[in-house]
Amino acid sequence: MFILKLILRNAFRHRLRALLTITGVAIAITAFGLLHTLVGLWYLGVERSSATRLVTRNAISLTFSLPISYYDRIRQLPGVKSVAYGNWFGGTYIDEKHFFANEAFELKSLLELYPEFVVLPEQRDALLRDRRGCLVGKKLADKYGWKIGDPITLKGTIFPGQWEFVLRAIYQGAEKSTEERVLFFHWDYLNETLKKTVPRRADQAGFYMIGINRPEQAAEVAGAVDALFSNSLAETRTETEKAFQLGFVAMTEAIMIAIQIVSYVVIVIIMVVAANTMAMTARERLGEYATMKVMGFKWHHIAGAVFGESLFIALLGGVTGVLLTFPAGQWIETELAQFFPAFVISRETILMQLTAAALVGIVAGLFPTWRGATIRIADGLRRIG
Amino acid sequence: MAIPISYSFRNLWTRRLTTALTATGMALVVFVFAATLMLAEGLQKTLVETGSPDNVIVIRSGSQSEVQSGVERLQASIVESRPEVALGAAGRPLLAKELVVLINLNKRGSNKPANVVIRGIGDNSLAIRPQVRLKEGRMPRPGSAEILAGESIARRFEGAGIGEHLRFAMRDWTVVGIFDAGTTGFSSEIWGDVDQLMQSFRRPVYSSVTFKLRDPAAFDTLKQQLESDPRLTVEAKRETRYYLDQSEAMARFLRILGLTLTIIFSLGAIIGAMITMYAAVANRVTEIGTLRALGFQRGSILAAFVLEALFLGLLGGIVGVFAASFMQLITISTMNWQSFAELAFSFSLTPGIVIKSLLFAIIMGLAGGILPAFRAARMNIVTALRAT
Amino acid sequence: MTDALTTPLVSVKNLSKAYRRGNQLVPVLEEISFDIASGEFLALMGPSGSGKSTLLNLIAGIDKVDSGTIVIGGIEITTLTEAELASWRAANVGFIFQFYNLIPVLTAFENVELPLLLTGLSRKNRHEHVATVLSLVNLTDRADHYPSELSGGQQQRVAIARAMVTDPAILVADEPTGDLDRVSAGEILSLMGRLVADFGKTVIMVTHDPKAAEKANRMIHLEKGLLVNGDALVNHDLQHVHP
Repeated sequence: MFILKLILRNAFRHRLRALLTITGVAIAITAFGLLHTLVGLWYLGVERSSATRLVTRNAISLTFSLPISYYDRIRQLPGVKSVAYGNWFGGTYIDEKHFFANEAFELKSLLELYPEFVVLPEQRDALLRDRRGCLVGKKLADKYGWKIGDPITLKGTIFPGQWEFVLRAIYQGAEKSTEERVLFFHWDYLNETLKKTVPRRADQAGFYMIGINRPEQAAEVAGAVDALFSNSLAETRTETEKAFQLGFVAMTEAIMIAIQIVSYVVIVIIMVVAANTMAMTARERLGEYATMKVMGFKWHHIAGAVFGESLFIALLGGVTGVLLTFPAGQWIETELAQFFPAFVISRETILMQLTAAALVGIVAGLFPTWRGATIRIADGLRRIG
Repeated sequence: MAIPISYSFRNLWTRRLTTALTATGMALVVFVFAATLMLAEGLQKTLVETGSPDNVIVIRSGSQSEVQSGVERLQASIVESRPEVALGAAGRPLLAKELVVLINLNKRGSNKPANVVIRGIGDNSLAIRPQVRLKEGRMPRPGSAEILAGESIARRFEGAGIGEHLRFAMRDWTVVGIFDAGTTGFSSEIWGDVDQLMQSFRRPVYSSVTFKLRDPAAFDTLKQQLESDPRLTVEAKRETRYYLDQSEAMARFLRILGLTLTIIFSLGAIIGAMITMYAAVANRVTEIGTLRALGFQRGSILAAFVLEALFLGLLGGIVGVFAASFMQLITISTMNWQSFAELAFSFSLTPGIVIKSLLFAIIMGLAGGILPAFRAARMNIVTALRAT
Repeated sequence: MTDALTTPLVSVKNLSKAYRRGNQLVPVLEEISFDIASGEFLALMGPSGSGKSTLLNLIAGIDKVDSGTIVIGGIEITTLTEAELASWRAANVGFIFQFYNLIPVLTAFENVELPLLLTGLSRKNRHEHVATVLSLVNLTDRADHYPSELSGGQQQRVAIARAMVTDPAILVADEPTGDLDRVSAGEILSLMGRLVADFGKTVIMVTHDPKAAEKANRMIHLEKGLLVNGDALVNHDLQHVHP
């Protein structure tokens, strides 16, 4: 079609200007994509939650634990399929730079509760047999090159001392989003050691994970658990895994909101730049638009040409930006591994990026299109010469 | 002979829309730049002022914050008996053995809970922290279920205002006073009697021991001795260092994020400035030729266009800083990743930040305008005059 | 005698136009009336500010009158809407500008083709028309050059080809030789004369160059928005011969 030919040639009439604008849009779209992914990562924990798992913890706060004796009573409640218990361990590996999550857990129930952790049967048996055995996610094992049988030492922070484990099992996530960077070890090992060293800290669980039969029972079971222990020395607060993760997220929400706002600001900035470019371009071409009107072209022909050009440049920049997001994400994954060990760009992000680019093109094109379409022929012609 | 400054200035005024748009783009970038610096500054200020360099805080070795730490009564007494501890009135050591735990409280007007620090304080806790003073109400009576709330907590959390009640550890606690700790982290804490709290929470050990140094220079030897004492499993830090470390992860994250964003944004703004200036040059080709024909040197042309770009940058910078100054009205509250506790801090604008931001804006203008200015200066007079 | 002989092609009656400058209304044309017959080569002359370009624009249908009527080929164009005017222009008027007004990103061929895109003609038909008018102005070998690669005279010839390609009855030219050297100007004027003599076009040309006016067969003078004298000059060489 002719108008496409006109748009294409007009877009690159000033090569430098086109290049600069496309580069600007590309940079903005890349930044937008990275920030969007960053925010998405924050909520990843929420995404991974299961509808059939509940978290029970001390009602005061996570810094208080629950007696291990609760286990039997929780297990007997109707609707409860399985119960696991654990403590956040928070040990450091080598030094504080190598951060990964590590927890003491009742491992047999853990594997029942988390079917998305896939472990080879012989590894599972070896793990359950060895009191000092530990279970590690594949991504974490790959990062440090750990193999089955390797010794792993953690320096305790909450539970002081040097803790030695043997890697007995590696789990793979059933889904792409499953967390594979955690180390789990036997709760009994933690407890027995505590009984010997700091007895008053023994026989306590940081939290209970409850697996229920059907998702609809969640509220009912949660209520039942909390009722069971209300007015006791350690009151509980039970909620779905999703609510629990959301609670965490909500605490750092302010920063996330700020980052989201910033990601939109970046789009606004480039919108302003693009609008400026299109406004200048349109102004320079008013004479041409008037000439076309003289020939009999109507306002919608002109509008199509101007708007099309704005959209074209913006989308070109948008696609470039999307393509650049991948190597940028890769760089972040390697250089900033401490903060972002997995920086995966989702399809939704790409869609948002392209939408943003289109929006830039639309907004930037509005005023110039209106100007070009409505310019009075006599006024436009006067601009020539 | 230099081209008068008003030439650059008037050209910006003539193409008002373009000038406004370009300056707006730059203003937005400067806004983000300034806001990020202000945020990091605010965070820094809150946490650093929270401590005093003359105070030492002792926690269990290996624990990263008071919340994770546990100091047994016996060990606390050993520390208390050190000669380096300053003595206050009546010859009592200026030392406080404190308990620090986190509880979930609901914010006013929302269901969103946050982790709030409860600090069990001793007789000397206020004395060693001169930044904190009682603003309203009175101190809790010893042996009672009465507590003090930090100004920020009283304002933002349900049940934490003066006269209100909070329920935790199976008891009802009444807020009998509010303390003002300025912008320090203590404003986000609730204080109560350490013995009452230890009993209610069934914690038999303290979280930390904090005391004032008799001689601030004696810190290093003291630290070395405490940490090598076989009876103790503690580490000692200057209070300022302790709070600095607490914010390190967050501050670093904010700084890296801020820097990355600013670089990206500034690229966008520079591109905007370049496009504008190139167009400005292209539209004034005949004018430039005329000026050269009249006798102005290449350098003057260069200077005139560079000046125009600098003005653009400055304009954007002033607007951006002005807008950023309003951020001071906003308080951010979030969970500190290292201590898991609620922390409230605000944006803090310093003269240094204003200057840095304006400088940044001018440099952006320069970066955007330098190449087009060179193009203008290098033009051939005859070609320029002949252009339509 | 047929109607074409007696009814003028263009009939202007009591035409008035004023421009708003700030708060003031500046009159440009005051109650002008005259006719143009088919096949005339008319030169509109007058000093700067006399309103000749305005008059041209009004006749060509690219500006709106304040009062009065313009009837062209039986159609009262002063009552047409903007959209109707656009369509009318596309079929009935070819415009030639002082600065050629070619689209820089299109080749000579594509520039000439532009007006045809408004018709329903097929690609093949369009290309035939373009080829015809390009050969008419002797630029077939330059068809795929861009305006920046053509001289002033060549560009104006492309512009004339563009004006002719829809075979309009009227050609309107605003200072067509204003930007050309003597030689090129002469070529353009001769070309325009041929369009009248050989193709029966009616040409209305605004100029302040007396030498350009010599090519015309009728002159109208405007001064401060008023006609000075009606028919000042008749060039017998260009008189259209009716069968």
